[in-house]
Amino acid sequence: MLKNRGLAFKLVLFFTISSVCIFALVFGYNYYVSRSTIAKGVEEKANSLILSTTNKIETLLNSVQKIPENLSYALENGNYDENKLLQALYAIVERNPEIYGIAVAFEPFTFKKGAEFFAPYFYRVDKSVHFKYLDRSYNYFYSDWYQIPKELERPEWTEPYYGEGGGAIMSSYGVPFYVKINNEKRFAGVVVIDISLETLREMVSSIKIFKTGYGFILSKNGTFVTHPLKEFIMNETIFSVAEARGDRFLRDYSQKMIKGESTLMPYKIKSSVTQKQSWMAHIPIKSNGWTLAIIFPEDELMEDITNLNRVVIILGITGIFLLSFAVVYIARSITRPLKELALITEDIGKGNLDVEIPSAGSGDEVGRLSEAFRYMKTSLKEYIAQLTEATALRERMESELKVAHSIQMSILQKIFPPFPDRKEFDVYATIEPAREVGGDFYDFFQIDNEHLCFVIADVSGKGIPAALFMAVTKTLIKSKATVGLTPDRIIAMVNKELCVGNNENMFVTIFCGILHTVTGEVLYTNGGHNPPLIMKKDGDIEWLDGEGSLMVGIIDDASYITEKLLLEPGDYLFLYTDGVTEAMNDKNELFSDSRLKDELHKLHGKPIQEIIGGVQQEIHHFAEGVPQSDDITMMIIEYKGRGDRETSSMEPV
Amino acid sequence: MRQRVLFCLFALFFFLPALPHTTHAQAPLRKASFIPQWSPQAQFAGYYVAYEKGFYKDFGIDLEMIQGGPHRSSSETLERGEATFATMWLCDAIQRKFRGVKLVNVAQIMQRSALMLVAKKSSGINRPEDLNGKKMSIWRADFQIQPRAFIKKYNLNVKIIPQSYTINLFLRDGVHVASAMWYNEYHTIINAGLDPEELTAFFFYEHGLNFPEDGIYTLERTLNKDPELVKAFIKASIKGWLYAFENKNEALEIVMKYMAKAKVPVNKIHQKWMLDRMKDLVMPRNEKDPPIGVLRQQDFSLVAGELQAMGLIRSIPDFSGFYFQGVSHAEK
Repeated sequence: MLKNRGLAFKLVLFFTISSVCIFALVFGYNYYVSRSTIAKGVEEKANSLILSTTNKIETLLNSVQKIPENLSYALENGNYDENKLLQALYAIVERNPEIYGIAVAFEPFTFKKGAEFFAPYFYRVDKSVHFKYLDRSYNYFYSDWYQIPKELERPEWTEPYYGEGGGAIMSSYGVPFYVKINNEKRFAGVVVIDISLETLREMVSSIKIFKTGYGFILSKNGTFVTHPLKEFIMNETIFSVAEARGDRFLRDYSQKMIKGESTLMPYKIKSSVTQKQSWMAHIPIKSNGWTLAIIFPEDELMEDITNLNRVVIILGITGIFLLSFAVVYIARSITRPLKELALITEDIGKGNLDVEIPSAGSGDEVGRLSEAFRYMKTSLKEYIAQLTEATALRERMESELKVAHSIQMSILQKIFPPFPDRKEFDVYATIEPAREVGGDFYDFFQIDNEHLCFVIADVSGKGIPAALFMAVTKTLIKSKATVGLTPDRIIAMVNKELCVGNNENMFVTIFCGILHTVTGEVLYTNGGHNPPLIMKKDGDIEWLDGEGSLMVGIIDDASYITEKLLLEPGDYLFLYTDGVTEAMNDKNELFSDSRLKDELHKLHGKPIQEIIGGVQQEIHHFAEGVPQSDDITMMIIEYKGRGDRETSSMEPV
Repeated sequence: MRQRVLFCLFALFFFLPALPHTTHAQAPLRKASFIPQWSPQAQFAGYYVAYEKGFYKDFGIDLEMIQGGPHRSSSETLERGEATFATMWLCDAIQRKFRGVKLVNVAQIMQRSALMLVAKKSSGINRPEDLNGKKMSIWRADFQIQPRAFIKKYNLNVKIIPQSYTINLFLRDGVHVASAMWYNEYHTIINAGLDPEELTAFFFYEHGLNFPEDGIYTLERTLNKDPELVKAFIKASIKGWLYAFENKNEALEIVMKYMAKAKVPVNKIHQKWMLDRMKDLVMPRNEKDPPIGVLRQQDFSLVAGELQAMGLIRSIPDFSGFYFQGVSHAEK
């Protein structure tokens, strides 16, 4: 699929994918590192914030704790009457604005005989100090601020509660004091101060962490003392929140938290205010065993890094886009000339060498390719010009050769029957030249009235030299064949002539025969030629035996012999050149002697034209599709005999 | 047999609404008023739901809901004739009956005590005997009857500390064992971070001291004058309870609406706990338990007997004069 895509597409794909990968890797690492760095910074910030706030709270609580502690010490170690006590209490409320009220609550019948309830109480209303005795209607013996320090025998802060009139949230600090009676330490009562938690609330609500981060205080019971959500204050505990959420982990965590375990390890929790995943850190307030916790949403904590990452991502994506555009641009600048070159190449392929190759104008590979193309085109043009010239030349030569060929062919007897007035024999011959001018020829002529000379020959080589050699040989044979000469003599003479000045070492195979038209006797000499076939009247076909002699034109004093054959009327003599038996088919098989003989058997008894035509047809059929490599030349002599003679004036010599 | 009765009862309450509509169309609504023994909370969900869902109207009652609370005693409001119906504890009602108040129990809604004792396992308390030598905080008045009977029953030597409204003394380990209502303080303890597994709970009903708590009371003269009104009120109230147990969220919404109206702090998860426990305490757990609304003589006798033993009453009031089985009457 990708394989067939363009170069530009591949480049863009590759660069985009790899740059996205690199970007993602860098981004991921950067995100991870910056996130943990920020988280660490925030943890430190949260810690310092929470520590400084608790320190402030502790300072406040410690300072007010001192007052009832000192008073209880004074009560245990000094004498005091009611007036003095009331003055002291008044002064304390008057001078300590952070104190809402103070009371000294005695055990029944401890301060005064007959007084079950004795608890003078000074408290602040607006800016003035009020006073009352806490009596039976209040029954302070059942109050947490009294009971708990009494039972635990130590000072204790109470759980927060709503002050009279339901206004501010208060908490009281009760300090037990004792009297010694008969050396026995006996519980005498509780000094208690009330403070408004408004100051605490202000301290905690001033905690601002990021946008929506906040702080809150949990009492010992886990009750929300302060919280941004009003409905949480004094109404929900951290455990009821956990129960409502079904968050067992929060419950477990909070159990540790209210037990005063100090851990600044942030804990992940859902904020009740924002409903977002948030971090919570907490620290115990040692004075009263409460807990200060802060919560800040994770996304705000990570806001800076989120913003940074957003910018980085936008930059990254923009960068990748720009890179892609750049890659597209570069790819185009490469592929555009390449595409043009491809089109031009197609044009050139169609033969249009005049197309203009645009100059690449650059020295890069594409520019060089363009130059190479330009050079190639010029070279091709020159080459084709040369080729055209050469082709013209060759065509001229070929036409000359054609002329030579037709001249060559014209010297062969082509009119059949050649001797229409002679009834005792008939001759038929064909030559089928190969493409080039070949060296085969045949010839027949009457030496005198009773002697017919016939020749078939094959000159070695091809082309003009062979044609000329053939013409010379033919002419020589015709001129030498005079009355009374036997074929061996004729051939020997021709041989001698041909050897003279035969520097090219050309030669010719010749079968030359002389038929005595009256007797049917044939004298013949075979100068290295394929032996002819005798086709007897009775259908018997035999190769003409007798030893062949040397080819003609090689050795000037070569001797040739004449042999004798007697043709009966109705016999044929079939002569041929090696173009017949060596015709080749597409399987590189030769037409061969046996095929020739078989074919002649089939054609026996037919007119001589048809015999040769039949053989010719069979050769074409055999060698179908394979170009003819040699001249195919056949000649047939039919002897009809004396009985057919009309005149007997011709006497043998 | 009892199961069948039970089934009939339930069937009655579920299929009745069609009937009252017709009666209500015929007759004008009877005026009546009702006061629960405390501020609005899920302890009284059944009544608020019946009121809010119009069940009382369906049964021909034009009801006025009087807000109860620490400053208005339901029994005294009933005595003064300022309320037609009121809820109160069985032990409270028996004592008042003994003192001559002509009140009648017309339905016993809570069959089991929610009052319990709670201790921390960390203080080594697992069985009643473990309480020997420990400090126990108990509430005053009727709340101390069962704990004292419990101490007597197991012959314990405990130091009794009066218990305030809060459970903080117990949470701070000022006492080893404290009183709690199962539907209220027990959950407060859980929501102060103590797990149930850390606690030992003594349910009085598991120690032969089952004091059925909230019941519906009216005055004898109301019952004699208009028994149909009484029956209609009980039927509508029980229908309200059954509806509340089936539709807890809706019931909680209704209760919380009345809590907000009374300016009482609302904590939904706490009210949910309370409603769940009410279901446990009101509905029969098995076929041995009495059906909803029925006061068994054996329960009456146990409570009255303990009161007598405690010296709070000298004689036991007659059961037949104390209890009017409004439910079975209504069944007929």
